[in-house]
Amino acid sequence: MSRQASRGTESKKMSSELFTLTYGALVTQLCKDYENDEDVNKQLDKMGYNIGVRLIEDFLARSNVGRCHDFRETADVIAKVAFKMYLGITPSITNWSPAGDEFSLILENNPLVDFVELPDNHSSLIYSNLLCGVLRGALEMVQMAVEARFVQDTLKGDGVTEIRMRFIRRIEDNLPAGEE
Amino acid sequence: MADEALFLLLHNEMVSGVYQAAEQGEGENGRCITKLENMGFRVGQGLIERFTKDTARFKDELDIMKFVCKDFWTTVFKKQIDNLRTNHQGIYVLQDNKFRLLTQMSAGKQYLEHASKYLAFTCGLIRGGLSNLGIKSIVTAEVSSMPACKFQVMIQKL
Repeated sequence: MSRQASRGTESKKMSSELFTLTYGALVTQLCKDYENDEDVNKQLDKMGYNIGVRLIEDFLARSNVGRCHDFRETADVIAKVAFKMYLGITPSITNWSPAGDEFSLILENNPLVDFVELPDNHSSLIYSNLLCGVLRGALEMVQMAVEARFVQDTLKGDGVTEIRMRFIRRIEDNLPAGEE
Repeated sequence: MADEALFLLLHNEMVSGVYQAAEQGEGENGRCITKLENMGFRVGQGLIERFTKDTARFKDELDIMKFVCKDFWTTVFKKQIDNLRTNHQGIYVLQDNKFRLLTQMSAGKQYLEHASKYLAFTCGLIRGGLSNLGIKSIVTAEVSSMPACKFQVMIQKL
């Protein structure tokens, strides 16, 4: 049957569209629920964080990557393994700060915004802010406190989407007193 | 691509996000279900549109329901509906013995009362999909033992 045949190949793409569309519905709902864009951004970041702290386990189980020795290696793993695995894209890593504690992820195309146009009255909405939360949450679970934020966004007319990542500090395990 | 995990986690966050917002003020339980259902509806509409782009025209209602049970379900939940029943008068019951969005919860009775939260989005998904294929319906879900569940589709005749 011709209908059957055409479906198989499409199905992979379809399931990523499921995520894209679901995310879109979520953002739309949040925009209705909250009065200003800042609150929506905050909520998206929070949800992203919650996803990140869980996603890291799935990631470590699936990817077999070991411990990273420095922040540069972490950056590589994020871009080449994690983004590839979950979003099917490989962002490029640029703009390292001289101290090696900041870099940018450049997303040529961002699957989250595949079907999206920002209306004029939501100019301060950071549509994909969930991603920053995911990155922050996931890295926190491997003892790295980072800050992630969007500095460029194709939705706002920039040529590419850029996420700026900044390493803040290593989180030391605080063992309860008496346990070594 | 392992984006399935991503969808599951996002869905969980949506459910807890909607309920947390309700706790902090406005709204009762029913509103939350409606919200989730509406989100699902929108997604269902979009998905089915992309999905049926290159398919042949459907023969009849039953053909559409079969499509939802097989292809649509497989794409979204990685398995087919286990059992489709109909009274041939506009009521269809779709049974999934291992519903993806419930499998991460305890299979006992402990969280049975919370199950409906995790089904609302999917009810909307079905309703939205059918709606874009020209079928107006009401979709409800019930769980008697996790992780199996039944979706009842009542077709609204125009």
